[in-house]
Amino acid sequence: MAKAAQKALGPIRRSFAPWLDPSAVPLIRFENVVKRFGDFVAVDNVSIDIHQREFFALLGPSGCGKTTLMRMLAGFEAPTSGRITLAGKDLAGVPPYRRPVNMMFQSYALFPHMTVAQNIAFGLKQDNIGKAEIETRVKEMLRLVKLEAFGARKPHQLSGGQRQRVALARSLAKRPKVLLLDEPLGALDKKLREETQFELMDLQQELGLTFMIVTHDQEEAMVVADRIAVMNHGKLVQVATPGEIYEQPNCRYVADFIGDINIFDATVTGAEVGGTRLKSAEVGADFVAAGDASAVAGTEVALAIRPEKMRISTEPPPADATNVLKGEVWDIAYLGDWTTLLVKVEGSEKIVRVSRANMTRSEARPIGWDDKVFVWFAPDAGILLAA
Amino acid sequence: MTDAAAPDASPPARAAAAPGRWKRWLLIAIPYCWLLALFLAPFFIVLKISVSDTVIAQPPYEPVLDLSQGWQGIKDWWSALDLENYSALFDDELYLASYLSSLKIATISTLLTLAIAYPMAYGMARAPKSIRPTLLMAVILPFWTSLLIRVYAWIGILNPDGLLNAFLLWARVINEPLYIMNTETAVYIGIVYSYLPFMVLPLYASLEKLDETLLEAAADLGCPPWKAFWKITVPLSLPGVIAGCFLVFIPAVGEFVIPDLLGGSETLMIGKTLYNEFFLNRDWPVSSAIAVLLLLVLVVPIAIYNNIQAREIGDKA
Repeated sequence: MAKAAQKALGPIRRSFAPWLDPSAVPLIRFENVVKRFGDFVAVDNVSIDIHQREFFALLGPSGCGKTTLMRMLAGFEAPTSGRITLAGKDLAGVPPYRRPVNMMFQSYALFPHMTVAQNIAFGLKQDNIGKAEIETRVKEMLRLVKLEAFGARKPHQLSGGQRQRVALARSLAKRPKVLLLDEPLGALDKKLREETQFELMDLQQELGLTFMIVTHDQEEAMVVADRIAVMNHGKLVQVATPGEIYEQPNCRYVADFIGDINIFDATVTGAEVGGTRLKSAEVGADFVAAGDASAVAGTEVALAIRPEKMRISTEPPPADATNVLKGEVWDIAYLGDWTTLLVKVEGSEKIVRVSRANMTRSEARPIGWDDKVFVWFAPDAGILLAA
Repeated sequence: MTDAAAPDASPPARAAAAPGRWKRWLLIAIPYCWLLALFLAPFFIVLKISVSDTVIAQPPYEPVLDLSQGWQGIKDWWSALDLENYSALFDDELYLASYLSSLKIATISTLLTLAIAYPMAYGMARAPKSIRPTLLMAVILPFWTSLLIRVYAWIGILNPDGLLNAFLLWARVINEPLYIMNTETAVYIGIVYSYLPFMVLPLYASLEKLDETLLEAAADLGCPPWKAFWKITVPLSLPGVIAGCFLVFIPAVGEFVIPDLLGGSETLMIGKTLYNEFFLNRDWPVSSAIAVLLLLVLVVPIAIYNNIQAREIGDKA
């Protein structure tokens, strides 16, 4: 969009990590929160600290409890046990209409009988703010979401993207301490979604607010969030920055859930300086993994390796290469920026994903179907996980 | 139609549409013919009688159109018609009082019905999904018995020695029986009872559609539940309120059975006045004039109702 290019860029995003500072006081604390619906445990003993000005994402498959967790913060559900505090105050028993948090609903939940301006003004009117003040705030919000010309329209006269902006403006109008976003971009097409992700980040920086987003789209979580909490079956699996989640997943579930990854089942055979020796019966190969060398020989483990961290060639690798597999190209997926090669490992049924950046303009691929290839990776490229 | 008959002359889509269009008109023509034969024709007969004069004869009005006289017959018939019955309606205060009393009773009953039906419909719409069909059935169930019998049953309840008084005396709430029977109060009870389903059903339909996340959104924005009810629930159920009110008000204005059985001689309603003119006085022309005027009085709210309905359908499209 030409207009977007003309607009001054938002502030440069500086490193921001209050969760590493032991003296920092979190804004929101979930303490051992449990939520049961009958026999079903939706949220299972979750504790999270969220800091002021943080953009925090709850990520997980549908039914993992992320929305329930957010709804408990908004006040629509009460925890079965545990405590939720906001700025030091226990939220137990505080009804939703007295909580200083606002939510942007997945369905947008715009009031169909009110105009865009009336929708945005709705929350402000509840606070007995003067009429003139409300008017200026509504105008400010309409400008913020670039809908100045649409104030008098009804929601059904807007496109999906515009409705999403109205919902955002309405939830921001009261300047809440925390903005909750429940799958906010789910209904938008890919291009608009990406644009809006950056706009959300700019907005969050500009207003200095704390955002909490619920999403099942890992890419979205990676783009917008300072930290991501990965959830599964009501439990918190890992809370970390996007980089850590991707490069240092703490378990097989997170490794598999985020991005593409190859996982080899293996057994520890011994240790060497700064690493562990493994044998994988699955592909009939020996591996070396850098890092933690404390694993006892005989332990079942998993070695995970991202497709882009593998090298592939029709020529044999250099003599000092480690973790070498021989195979045959099974399939090729050309994605424009990347090419993903599926390699069938010799002597097994294992298919390994290897991706290559297409750095030159050439239609001829150096590696074609049915080529015999070598695949290898450095000891520090793999991640050693519990089986 | 003709170019559709020539297969190669028109594009295939058009050729396929032409017989479809013909069928569509046929489908629309059936209800229109029905309405024409069973509503419009009787209306013109009533209109004709209303401008005739009453006589003691068979039929009890004149002139009678005599087509055997040819053109002269039509001319004689036409010249004998006049609006004298209508002016009679305005001369005698009874008729005006009947109209006004009917409108008053219909308005008050409509508001009472709304006040009772709204909480009922609200409760039904918020009930667990599994029991909603049962509740809906319970609302429709009275229709399985004739209205006449149900109104008669109310006589047994409201009589001075009826069930209601027997209960209240037994419970020592009152010392003397209440005289509800043959008063306007009995008419209100009868109308509210009889027309309640017509109010509950459209209200339920609009309340059931209400998206509950809207109320969550209102709460989230700082609106307490009772306020959200007035700001969100009520405005969004307005189409149901309007439909229900018209469905009760329009037939209640012309109601005859209920005021006749429960209202006694005290209650003045236009339906009863019409009945008396027709069957007791055998004054067909005046009663026809009353009927025509009643229709004119009701055309206004009916037109408003239709207009609102049409706009709503347009809004959704």
